[in-house]
Amino acid sequence: MSERILLAHGSGGKLSHELVEKTMLRAFFNPYLSKLDDSAILDLSGRLAFTTDSYVVDPIFFPGGDIGKLAVCGTVNDLAMVGAIPLYLSLSLIIEEGFSQDDLRRILDSVRRAAEEAGVEIVTGDTKVVHRGKADGIFINTAGLGVVPEGIEISGSNARPGDKVILSGPIGDHGIAVLSRREGLSFSTELESDVAPLNKLVAQMLEACPRIRCLRDPTRGGLATTLNELAKQSRVSIQLEEEKIPVREEVRAACEMLGLDPLYVANEGKLVAIVPDSDAATVLHVMHQNPYAREAAVIGEVRQGRPGRVTLRTRFGTSRIVDMLTGDPLPRIC
Amino acid sequence: MKFIDEFRRLELAQGLAGRIRQNSKRRARFMEFCGGHTVTILKHGIRQLLPPTIEMLSGPGCPVCVTDNADLDKAIALACIPGVILVTFGDMLKVPGSRSSLQKAKAEGADVRIVYSSLDALELARQNPDKKVVFLGIGFETTAPGIAASILQAEQEGLKNFYVLSLHKLCPPVIRALLDSGEVRLHGFILPGHVSAIIGSKAWEFLAKDYGIPGVVSGFEPLDVLQGVDMLVSQVENGESRVEIAYRRGVKPEGNLKAQELMYRVFEPCPARWRGIGEVPDSGLRLRPEFARFDAELVFSPDPGPTLEPKGCICGDILRGVKTPRDCCLFARVCTPENPVGPCMVSSEGSCAAYYLYGQDDE
Repeated sequence: MSERILLAHGSGGKLSHELVEKTMLRAFFNPYLSKLDDSAILDLSGRLAFTTDSYVVDPIFFPGGDIGKLAVCGTVNDLAMVGAIPLYLSLSLIIEEGFSQDDLRRILDSVRRAAEEAGVEIVTGDTKVVHRGKADGIFINTAGLGVVPEGIEISGSNARPGDKVILSGPIGDHGIAVLSRREGLSFSTELESDVAPLNKLVAQMLEACPRIRCLRDPTRGGLATTLNELAKQSRVSIQLEEEKIPVREEVRAACEMLGLDPLYVANEGKLVAIVPDSDAATVLHVMHQNPYAREAAVIGEVRQGRPGRVTLRTRFGTSRIVDMLTGDPLPRIC
Repeated sequence: MKFIDEFRRLELAQGLAGRIRQNSKRRARFMEFCGGHTVTILKHGIRQLLPPTIEMLSGPGCPVCVTDNADLDKAIALACIPGVILVTFGDMLKVPGSRSSLQKAKAEGADVRIVYSSLDALELARQNPDKKVVFLGIGFETTAPGIAASILQAEQEGLKNFYVLSLHKLCPPVIRALLDSGEVRLHGFILPGHVSAIIGSKAWEFLAKDYGIPGVVSGFEPLDVLQGVDMLVSQVENGESRVEIAYRRGVKPEGNLKAQELMYRVFEPCPARWRGIGEVPDSGLRLRPEFARFDAELVFSPDPGPTLEPKGCICGDILRGVKTPRDCCLFARVCTPENPVGPCMVSSEGSCAAYYLYGQDDE
C-alpha cells in the first residue's frame, strides 16, 4: 500500500516542510518558488489579468486528464479568454487525511506537465490537510496572472450584429467523459475529456486578427449557457445552426441515454470566438492549424433581434429558443 | 452509432411534413399523450412544420406531473421518519408538495437518495441493514415491471428493510376518463411508444371502438412523431378510426407479455388520484396482499396532514389538455425551472418546462 497523507503534512511543521521540499519544489522548480519566502515577488508591467478558480472534480482521475491538469488549464484558459498571456499561477491544495501520496505525486506531475505546455510557472502555493471525511480526496485552487498585450480589447459585451460565432471543436467531451467514468458507462471507443490549455491557440488567433470581439470557454453550463451570457452582455441575439455544431457520436449517444442536451454539457478545452464577419475566414484558417481546433467551425451569427435571446435553427429548418442551463444536472465535473 | 441521425434526417422529415400539409384539409386537434412527445415536438420545432389545420395538445403523460399533492406529501412524510432512506428518481426531488418538497426535507436532514434504477435501491437496502429503504414508485406501465422485479428479488433474498410506496399509474384508464369528461374534443392521439412496448397497441383499441377516435403509437424521435401525425391525418381525412403503430421497431400489438405478467404478479389495479383529473378507477397499481410487507403505505402509515394546492397554478388544466402553459399567468414570471410552482415546470417531461426551455422562436 502506498504512503498516505497525514494531518501533520498540513500542520506547518516538519512533515509539511518535507512535503514542500520533496514534492512541490521537485515538481515545480523555479527561482520564485525556491526562495521559500512568504510571497513571490514578480516583475510585471502593463495591463494585468488576474483570475482564480477552485477544482473539485469527481472522479479525480478521468479519461483524458485529472484534477491537476484541469486546475492548470481552467485558470490558464480564463486568462486567455480576455486575451491575456498567462504567466504565473498559484497552487493551493486541500487534501483529505489518508489521501494516497502516489496519487498526489501523479496529480502534481500532471500539474507540472500542463504548466509546461501552457508556458506558465507555479510561483506560490499552500497545502492544507483536513480530517478524513471533511473533504473528498483533494480539492485544488489556482489563481493566475497574465498580461494583456497593447491593442487587445476582448469582452463579452463587444459582439455586434453581423459578427460570426466560431466554435473551436466538438462539444460535450469533458462532461460526458467524467460522467461516464462516474456512472460506469462505457463506449466502444473510450471518450476522453478535451481538457487543454488554449492560450497558444488564442495567441495565434489574436496575431491573425487582433479585432476578435469576444472569447469565452464554454465550461460549466456548456455552449448554450456561454452564448446566452454573451448575448445578454452584448445586448444582441445569436442564431445558431444546429447542423454546424460539431458533436461526437459517442457524446450524442450518451446524451440520448442520460437525457442530456450536448449544448449544456461542459467542455474544458474549447472556446467560442465572436469575430467580425470579414475576419471569420482568416481566424478559422489559423485555428485549423492548431491541434486543439482542427474541427473549428462557424456555428452561427450575431443578430440585431431581441437582446439576450439565443435561437437555434434545427436541422429541419424550424427554430427554437436555447435558454441558459437551469439546475445542475452534472454536479462536480470541474 | 449512427442511429440518432437516422431518425432525424432532413429529407425524410421534409417529405413527411410536406405530405401532412398537402393532405390535411379538415381542422383536427390531436393530443400527444406523453411528455416525451411534447419535448420532441418543441425541441425540434415540429409545430412549425405542421399546417394551421392541425393543433397539438399536450396530455397527462408525465408521471411526475400527475402525482397528486396528497401522494407527494405522503412521500415527504415518509422521508422524514427517522431511520428511513427515501430513494427516488431525480425528477421528484424539486416538486413542491403542500408545504415542503423532498429537496427541502433533504436539506433539513431527511435521508433522500437519487437513483437511476430500482435495483440501486435494492443495493442500498443490502448495504444499510439497520435502515429502512423506501423506494418511491412513480411511473407508468414502463417502470412498474422493473419495480415488480425488484420486489420479487427482495423477497427471494429475504431482504427485510426494503419497501415501495407505489404511486404507479396506468395510461389507458386516464385517457378514457379524459374522453368521458367531454371537456376537450379530440380527433386523434399520438400514443406513448415506451408504455405501448409493454402493454401493446391492443390496449388502445378502445379508442377506436368506443370513441371512434384514431390513435397512432409513436416513438420519440422527430421522424417518429411526424410519421404519427401523418398517419393520424390520413385517417381523419378518410373518416377512419383505427389504432396503428408507427413504432414497429419497439411495439407489438400484444406488447411485452413477460413484463405484463411480472407487473400483475406483484401489483393489482386500484383507484388512483391524478393531479388535475381526480380519482380515476383502476388507474393505479397497488401491491397485492401477498406482498403487503413491502408496502410502505401499510407498514409506515405516513400522516402528511391536509393537502394544499399551489395558488394560481394551472398544471391540472394543462394535464387535461384544457389549457396550455402560455395560458398560465405564473408561467415564466413566477414559475420557472429554478423556482417551480407546479410539477409541470419541474419534470424533464413536463409541458411547462418544455415550453419554457424550447418555446418557439416568437420573433
